[in-house]
Amino acid sequence: MPVNEPHGAAQAAAPGGATAGARPGTAEWEPRIIGFCCNWCSYAGADLAGTSRLEYPPTVRVIRVPCSGRVNPQFIVRAFQKGADGVLVAGCHPGDCHYSTGNYFTRRRLQVARRFLEYLGIDPRRLRITWISASEGQKFADTVREMTEEVRALGPNRVMRDELWAAN
Amino acid sequence: MKRIGVFLCHCGSNIAGTVDIDRLQEAVRRMPGVVYVEQNKYTCSEPGQEQIRKGIKEHRLDRVVVAACSPRMHENTFRRTVESAGLNPYLLEIANVREHCSWVHKDREEATAKAVDLVRRAVAKVVFNRPLQKARIPVEKRALVIGGGIAGIQAALDIADAGHEVWLVEKEPSIGGRMAQLDKTFPTLDCSLCILTPKMVDVAQHPNIRLLTYSQVENVGGYVGNFEVTIRKRARSVDESKCTGCGSCWAKCPHKVPSEFDLGLGQRKVIYVPFPQAVPNKPVIDREHCVYFKTGKCRVCERFCPAGAIDFTQEDELITERFGAIVAATGFDLFDHARYGEYGAGQDPDIISGLHFERLVNASGPTEGKIKRPSDGKVPRSVAFITCVGSRDDHKGISYCSRVCCMYTAKHAILLSEKVPGCRSYVFYMDMRTPGKGYEEFYKRSQEMGTQYVRGRVARIYREGDHLVVQGEDTLLGRKVLVEADMVVLATGITPRRDAGELARTLGISYDQYAFFNEAHPKLRPVETNTAGIYLAGACQGPKDIPDAVAQASGAAAKVTAMFSKDTLTADPLIATVNEAICSGCLWCKPICPYRAIDEKIITERVRGRTVSRRVATVNAGLCQGCGACTVACRDGAMNLLGFSNEQVLAEVEALCR
Repeated sequence: MPVNEPHGAAQAAAPGGATAGARPGTAEWEPRIIGFCCNWCSYAGADLAGTSRLEYPPTVRVIRVPCSGRVNPQFIVRAFQKGADGVLVAGCHPGDCHYSTGNYFTRRRLQVARRFLEYLGIDPRRLRITWISASEGQKFADTVREMTEEVRALGPNRVMRDELWAAN
Repeated sequence: MKRIGVFLCHCGSNIAGTVDIDRLQEAVRRMPGVVYVEQNKYTCSEPGQEQIRKGIKEHRLDRVVVAACSPRMHENTFRRTVESAGLNPYLLEIANVREHCSWVHKDREEATAKAVDLVRRAVAKVVFNRPLQKARIPVEKRALVIGGGIAGIQAALDIADAGHEVWLVEKEPSIGGRMAQLDKTFPTLDCSLCILTPKMVDVAQHPNIRLLTYSQVENVGGYVGNFEVTIRKRARSVDESKCTGCGSCWAKCPHKVPSEFDLGLGQRKVIYVPFPQAVPNKPVIDREHCVYFKTGKCRVCERFCPAGAIDFTQEDELITERFGAIVAATGFDLFDHARYGEYGAGQDPDIISGLHFERLVNASGPTEGKIKRPSDGKVPRSVAFITCVGSRDDHKGISYCSRVCCMYTAKHAILLSEKVPGCRSYVFYMDMRTPGKGYEEFYKRSQEMGTQYVRGRVARIYREGDHLVVQGEDTLLGRKVLVEADMVVLATGITPRRDAGELARTLGISYDQYAFFNEAHPKLRPVETNTAGIYLAGACQGPKDIPDAVAQASGAAAKVTAMFSKDTLTADPLIATVNEAICSGCLWCKPICPYRAIDEKIITERVRGRTVSRRVATVNAGLCQGCGACTVACRDGAMNLLGFSNEQVLAEVEALCR
């Protein structure tokens, strides 16, 4: 997979209120979680949480993918490397995949990915794989809330992060 | 450097009420590549869209980000807007700052910070968006219907009536399928053939339908809109263009074998039509049993045929034709009750299946409609019916309900009491399932006519003298039951056709653990398969009664005609693509694709002055649905998904992680 170095320079200068994940160590530290949601179920479930006005912590930023089977474990590793404290992968319930089998691959691949993370020294609880249907807005909100609590308890991710490597 | 324009929607107060749009605008202005930022009260409104068009033109934008509601809501709207300004519609990204932000967060600080992140994600991604073109696939407006039962007949008629050419392929010598074997239909007690034969004749006479009986689908290639199908038309040994269906041949044929149509209860000639109302009413010679084909002598049929239509030299014909769509309507087989040792293992002639009973009670059946038990021709005075034989029985590996058995057993009990007044009838059942219009009333009617319903499974059936003893349990009364019966009718369940799995593999569609064909979605796409252009009708998808099979067939036909209403199909360009330069040709991607869209291809290239050939993967744009499962499986990183490419997702990750 080609490694791109797109925005480094510009991002360093990025301003404007990016305080949600105030830097580790500060009192108001909040975890920063990257969510991968499949377009057909979980992204729609997150939309439903919105239309139902279900409040949840502003810790998760969602990336839309067509299918949870599109989520390459490399994306997850990259997220941790770039400073994510948690990664959430959400897809259709097994058996309900829009593409019939995609989430079965997700389930198996990410079991392996979880063990790989452990090997890297990243607490596997930082990676959560869950099934959220388009009608489960409540489940999306609950998942975000639970995961935020769990990752908050784990504290900031201090392994593998680029900036820490750079500091050493 | 890209020239990105960002349009921030207030959505009235839906977004602006929680997110500080001015601060968002300040932050976005400083994002890399962003040359223009603008706020709109309602971006999706006509003035809002006009602002986007104006922005693209005045600021020479080559990428557009709209921060508004969910892309599931307005992505297509804004794609069209961008396109109308002369930009490729796929150079647009949407930041979902409403459903994923303003509607779920209360704190203005936090929501604004998150909105900035979400827009940064979209800006980072859109840099890598590429102009994509929708592929146009020509459609061959000819449909293939496989199976000539009621479902296939209905689908063929509906498509043909819409003005499209249909080929109907049937394995047996006549169309009609299972429905032709039935006597009456529940819950109205219509004579099955009386309502079926007009439709069969319609098929034969329809100018848009080409009927191929005694034929089977041998091979299917191609993809939606462009299937290439090979059909084997088996040798009938009768020239259909000459034969008038007069019947001299089968009247004179001296050899008889058990009739498949009558399930062995009656006999047929070796040159035969399966039943008198057959369509086409033209016989076939059963070469396996024909004396001429075995010994070289006989040719009686040839001598008596006034039209000179008998042709012993006929050979199987392979016909290849192109079709735009395929409807599979192959129906079902009956569960073989020989697997129930406790119910006589199929050895006792007086323990018969429900379909046998249909033939016994049918006026054109082997007994001419007189109910006689097969062993000695005696009219039964007492009949026991047992439901759920080969249904809802985990011990036999069949957990599903066959859906029709409760109702056809009620029908049998009614027919029995009409034909043999005073005959006692017992129905042993697990649960009565009567979910259909008029079904519960019909079941009540059979009770009122004197049928005794006993709730409980039958443990065994054994012979005692010239009658059978049914030993079961009445679970409502909690005691053992012994019933003497002259005949036992087993309500055998519906199973997939024995060759269903084979056909599914030929068609490239998926099937469940039993070999029923899988629909694309159990609730919302019940007539489509996961292979574009292939549709399902009738019991091949799961047990069904006649009204449901007909409804599904019409549904499948509607899907086909909707597809044929266009000259070309547009394929979504968000599909997988192979970088042939780095593809090693391992084809790990191939078995992962649920749509069989990936195939191998040999490419030739010049390497150090020599021409070499090597294998690479290639994606069929007509079949790929863009799930991206293959991209993760690719060991070389050669497989990528347009619109959700590795570069795009990684850019999004990085934009969100900082």
